[in-house]
Amino acid sequence: MLYRESGDFSSSYAEDSQTFPIKFDRYRYYFVLFIAIAVIPFMINDYWVNSLFLPFLIYAIAAIGLNILVGYCGQVSLGTGGFMAVGAYACYKLMTSFPDVSMLVHVLLSGLVTAAVGVLFGLPSLRIKGFYLAVATLAAQFFLVWLFNRVPWFYNYSASGQISAPERTFLGINITGANTQAWATYLFCLMFVIFSAYVARNLTRGSVGRKWMAIRDMDIAAEIIGVNPLRAKLTAFAVSSFFIGISGALFFAIYLGAVEVGEVFGIQKSFLVLFMIIIGGLGSIFGSFAGAAFLVLLPVVLKIVGVDWLGWPTDIVAHLQLVIVGGLIIVFLIAEPHGLAQLWRVAKEKLRLWPFPH
Amino acid sequence: MKDQADGYVTADGRQIGPVVMEMKNITLRFGGVEAIKDISLDIREGEIRAIIGPNGAGKSSMLNVISGFYVPQDGEVWYKGARRAPMKPFQVAQQGIARTFQNIALFEGMSVLDNVMTGRLTHMETGLFWQSLWKGKAEREETANREVAEKIIDFLEIQAIRKTPVSRLSYGLKKRVELARALAAEPSILLLDEPMAGMNVEEKEDMSRFILDVNDEFGTTIVLIEHDMGVVMDLSDRVVVMDYGKKIGDGTPHDVRNNQDVIDAYLGVAHDD
Amino acid sequence: MPEQLAFALEVTANGLMAGVLYALVALGFVLIYKASGIFNYAQGVMALFAALTLAGIMDGQVPFSHLINAVFGTDVHHFGWNVPAFLAILLTMVVMIALAYAVQRLVFRHLVGQEPIILFMATIGLAYFLEGVGDLMWGSDIKSMDVGLPQGINMWIDETTFEALGYGFFIDNLDIVASIIAALLVIGLVMFAQYTKQGRAMRAVADDHQAALSVGVSLNFIWILVWSLAGFVALVAGIMWGTKSGVQFSLSLIALKALPVLMLGGFTSIPGAIVGGLIIGVGEKLFEFLIGAPFLGGATENWFAYMLALIFLVFRPQGLFGEKIIERV
Repeated sequence: MLYRESGDFSSSYAEDSQTFPIKFDRYRYYFVLFIAIAVIPFMINDYWVNSLFLPFLIYAIAAIGLNILVGYCGQVSLGTGGFMAVGAYACYKLMTSFPDVSMLVHVLLSGLVTAAVGVLFGLPSLRIKGFYLAVATLAAQFFLVWLFNRVPWFYNYSASGQISAPERTFLGINITGANTQAWATYLFCLMFVIFSAYVARNLTRGSVGRKWMAIRDMDIAAEIIGVNPLRAKLTAFAVSSFFIGISGALFFAIYLGAVEVGEVFGIQKSFLVLFMIIIGGLGSIFGSFAGAAFLVLLPVVLKIVGVDWLGWPTDIVAHLQLVIVGGLIIVFLIAEPHGLAQLWRVAKEKLRLWPFPH
Repeated sequence: MKDQADGYVTADGRQIGPVVMEMKNITLRFGGVEAIKDISLDIREGEIRAIIGPNGAGKSSMLNVISGFYVPQDGEVWYKGARRAPMKPFQVAQQGIARTFQNIALFEGMSVLDNVMTGRLTHMETGLFWQSLWKGKAEREETANREVAEKIIDFLEIQAIRKTPVSRLSYGLKKRVELARALAAEPSILLLDEPMAGMNVEEKEDMSRFILDVNDEFGTTIVLIEHDMGVVMDLSDRVVVMDYGKKIGDGTPHDVRNNQDVIDAYLGVAHDD
Repeated sequence: MPEQLAFALEVTANGLMAGVLYALVALGFVLIYKASGIFNYAQGVMALFAALTLAGIMDGQVPFSHLINAVFGTDVHHFGWNVPAFLAILLTMVVMIALAYAVQRLVFRHLVGQEPIILFMATIGLAYFLEGVGDLMWGSDIKSMDVGLPQGINMWIDETTFEALGYGFFIDNLDIVASIIAALLVIGLVMFAQYTKQGRAMRAVADDHQAALSVGVSLNFIWILVWSLAGFVALVAGIMWGTKSGVQFSLSLIALKALPVLMLGGFTSIPGAIVGGLIIGVGEKLFEFLIGAPFLGGATENWFAYMLALIFLVFRPQGLFGEKIIERV
């Protein structure tokens, strides 16, 4: 009885389709939001923000984006790194071309630019499916990285070939460049996380979401009941890339500050985000958060345990991490294809019956 | 009786309307094989029209031509008074033709309710932007369509499994959910591809009752294909009999039953050719 | 401009050689895909793993020595002996067969009947796992590989072309050997599939799982067999590539190019894998030579293969030699 859903009755269809139909869940959600907005900003310092909170928040946005494409629409993409790079470079070009415009606008526009690129690379999805498509998205990955590496216009002809974020503000507060406050960058990213989760949730519970899921579950049947497959897939590519572009922009401008495209947005990044949603749960917004948190925490924890406590060399810990992540992917695919989110649901089910499971 | 272009009233008092769809000299080939040979048939508003025939007679191909999944090499499809140009299956669905499948084609990853709601997709048109906000237009549309879906869920008596994932349902229930999804589209023509296949007697009776009720309650035009002759004869107003891609009989169940070609086809008289 | 032409010819020849190596990796993909429907992303990492193991064994390294040293505070590195190449290859093959067994037993037996895309993602996990294990076992430093294959410019070709065209072609002996070995490997595999009992069983499984089961073929055995064969092919590819450019992580990335090769050639066709490999190998070298380097700033080899495959797929989704997929309701 730690957790209950009986006694909560929906008396209208609108109530029934809200995000947290159970009161208990709703209150917990408000509580988490409250902590995230009103408590954490006062408690964090640079170390926590840079090693945990920023990567978690930014990866959560990317994971939500990729989950829309893979988890909801069933189109596997290995081009996430490339699309994040589009967001980052779009943001860089916007920041340097229009220094006086608010960062909010820049980041959103970067998302839109990435959405357009995503649609372009999504076009073949009408003809090719499954892992054929996955391999096709590798074209986007390698081509985009090459493009940003080789065309000097994208990095403003800088000698190093890198891009680095100049100081820019939001509401008069510095959030990029050298002089930033931990709480400011944190809140700025949090704002986009809440926005992304909200939009993604709304899209996935309505008719657009059902179109995506119909395509995912059985594309031919979906087409026969009236879903335009090209349109459904392209909207998924667009929305997904929009979020991934936002995360790429934040990753560059807020988190790293300077980026060398091949290193930061290489194919490893694509896999990292894909692993987040596999571990977190395909087709679940909550799972995107869980997976991002898990894979951001894992290296930190491993480093603390392996390097700091046990005194192992860092390269061994890094290799061990590969083994653990790879192993976990396999374990989750075998045992729990719906990831941490499903484990959480099962736990809730158990809690509801506790202490009388029979 | 059937010559009346504007329709007629059946013995049990149902109003049958004018012709809503007409297939003219349809021929469908796969490579060198002719699945359908020069078949014409019409479908009247409000009637239950059956297409029967032995295995491999071309029934499913015919259904796929009606639903737009296959485009015939020869012949014309007239729908609601206009010739239908070759179009994509989803466009056919948007014109009000819904169907069920012989091998159930539900969306296994979704709940029963969500599956039925996918049937409403052709009626929902709120754009991406408003949906991302949810409050307002999107929510209103969702609620309005939910009401229609719930009406059909009630009608088919699947309220109790509304939130159950489809993958957990029994075969018979899945068939019913699939019918619900097709009905939710409020189609002008409902195509049923062997709705009784693989069912036990009790489930068959349930399904027959639902088909009759749907036709009665909503006045839906139903085209069904089936190889179980008994069921079809009791259900349908008019029957087309196919064999080896050709039409060998067309008329009321009574006419068809007494048609010599049909009897031969079903009793297995050797073909001359 | 005959000199340009000679250059182009040389580039083509080198592209053919690179293509042979792509084809070799692609061959491993096709073997597994045909028999089990698994699209094995880890094939490239398997080549890396095999090469690492071979180099480690030849060098007499203690497996997991770094890990052991870190955990127990010991200081072991080498057994103090060197293993001859032939024996080391045999031992590596034993490791690859053990790996095949473990992969089948621990991973794919539990994923039978899953959707292909889930299997694909599992192999990505496998790739990570294997890469980590390989690094833990043998360390991640770049190793050189020398199993006695000839290397260096082939003087005969150089001189002959110089006399004929006035320009000596630079073609590595290793590439020639690689092509010959690849050809032998393909012939061997085809003979195996045609004339042995296991080979016939393998083809039966590739055709129809259920039917093969019903005539008494053990699926489990066949799958272990194909994973072992793929391991063998990976070993060969690993040796070639390792000899050419050292055993290092980038090897598994180069092996990724086998993916577009497959998309071009079709996933189910061994000739397709070879033709696809050659097309990609020649295509990317020529594109770089004619367009990439002069006009696009170079390094187009990074993406050319993928773009070619992507564009090609849009027009012919089943590849050059793949079977056409007919959609049914």
